[in-house]
Amino acid sequence: MAMLSGLKKIFVLTVLMFTTVFTYASTDDHYAQLHEEQLAEEEREFEVSKMIMHHIGDAHEWHLWGPSHGGTSVYLPIVLIDGGLKVFSSSHFYHGETKGHGDHEYIVGEGPAEGYAMMHETIYKLDENGQLHLEDGHPSSEASVLDFSITKNVVSLLMVFVLLILVMFSVAKFYKKNGAVAPKGVAKFMEPIILFVRDDIARPNIEGEKYKKYLPYLLTIFFFIWFSNMLGLIPILGANLTGNIAVTFFLAICTLLITIFSGNKNYWGHIFATPGVPKALLPIMIPIELVGIFTKPFALMIRLFANITAGHIIILALVSIIFLKESAAWGALSVPMALFISVLELLVAFLQAYLFAMLSALFIGAAVEEAHH
Amino acid sequence: MEIVTPDYGLVFWTGIVFVILLFLLAKFAWKPILGAVNAREEKITEALELAEKTKAEMTALQAQNENLLKEARAERDSMIREAKETATAMVEGAKSKAQEEAEKVMTSAREAINSEKAAAISELKTQVAAFSIEIAEKLVKSELSSADKQKALADKLAEDINMN
Repeated sequence: MAMLSGLKKIFVLTVLMFTTVFTYASTDDHYAQLHEEQLAEEEREFEVSKMIMHHIGDAHEWHLWGPSHGGTSVYLPIVLIDGGLKVFSSSHFYHGETKGHGDHEYIVGEGPAEGYAMMHETIYKLDENGQLHLEDGHPSSEASVLDFSITKNVVSLLMVFVLLILVMFSVAKFYKKNGAVAPKGVAKFMEPIILFVRDDIARPNIEGEKYKKYLPYLLTIFFFIWFSNMLGLIPILGANLTGNIAVTFFLAICTLLITIFSGNKNYWGHIFATPGVPKALLPIMIPIELVGIFTKPFALMIRLFANITAGHIIILALVSIIFLKESAAWGALSVPMALFISVLELLVAFLQAYLFAMLSALFIGAAVEEAHH
Repeated sequence: MEIVTPDYGLVFWTGIVFVILLFLLAKFAWKPILGAVNAREEKITEALELAEKTKAEMTALQAQNENLLKEARAERDSMIREAKETATAMVEGAKSKAQEEAEKVMTSAREAINSEKAAAISELKTQVAAFSIEIAEKLVKSELSSADKQKALADKLAEDINMN
């Protein structure tokens, strides 16, 4: 049994390795190819990298179907803080006049959005002449505006929130109603996963009874990431939520803060006076250890972001083959491959949630560990 | 670069939503769920312990029963043996008593017979003596009825004496 599971692990790792290599190769190819074609043909109807970057990025509209201009979209509210709170629909941007050219194309807002422009889904303030002020090819700092809009990812975030509340509250309701009995229905499905987080993530990494204090956080972060990853895989309905660095940044910050504020004497002792290290080496060791505090959550942030974004890019790139070749026959190649990657992404969705929660538990566990001598 | 630059707006919303989610789930989902699961685990542990204890008790009870049975069997055996012994003793006793009695009877009978015999013998002797005397009287009378006969007798007697 142990050998079997070991073989399985090796298999999964091998598959992951190959797909990763393959992915990079394929996206690189696409980019290279695309670049050449872009040079050759300035006005191209289908641009893969633009489409992919648009899909994995955040947006102020929820594009459902049809062309990017004139298709069916849900326009989300724009919330700006610029001399007071300004709330209006993003439709005032998407139907405005397009100015600039190439990479610096921007849309000027109309109606309540007047005086603002949107470039690559970022909102900027226009200068007195109604132009976007550029410095070295980038909008100047004067043009920036505090943007707290309800973007596509924020809506997706709220969907995950509602979904998690609905599922977990119904599980809790089952136990409240039936007491300590064998689970049924949704509780039967969720309980093993909750116990998995408790017994395989929290308990082995956080010693003694201390894990109980951190279990709610670990459970929440695990299910939040898992649900977000899964929701992101659903076409139309899903956004690239956990593949957005802002989201993973916040989650990593949570783990960092919990680690720092849970750190006991032993933990700080290891950082500022690593046992067994000569005093003369401490000036070198202390900065290294201090950097170590931040690199761990930084790796958490990058890992989740990169894995989920990569998955979205592969699937989109594979589907793009059909449109790039302008022939449905390529679907015979691209659909099975995209399907395979999609199934793999289901595994990655769970794996990344597990890794994030497991590593968080590991870092917290190291912070609260008592001295063993 | 845009893709790896965290957008503060989204950070802000993620923060609000995640913190509220953490609070709600911790209070209304994880607490009751983990509480129920822990309670159930404790219940199962207790039930298992109870089963183990009951099993041990059952084994002890069984051993006790076995002992009781053994004792009872031994008691029964000893009772049977005692009864048998008593019966044998009684039979033996009866037998020896009967024999004794019989011997006593025999002895007394023998004694009676002997005494009767002795009495009979002595009576017979007396009678025989009486008869002898009578016979002798009659003989003597007849012997001595004539002078010749008296003389012959005297001769004979004298002869016997001489011979002696």
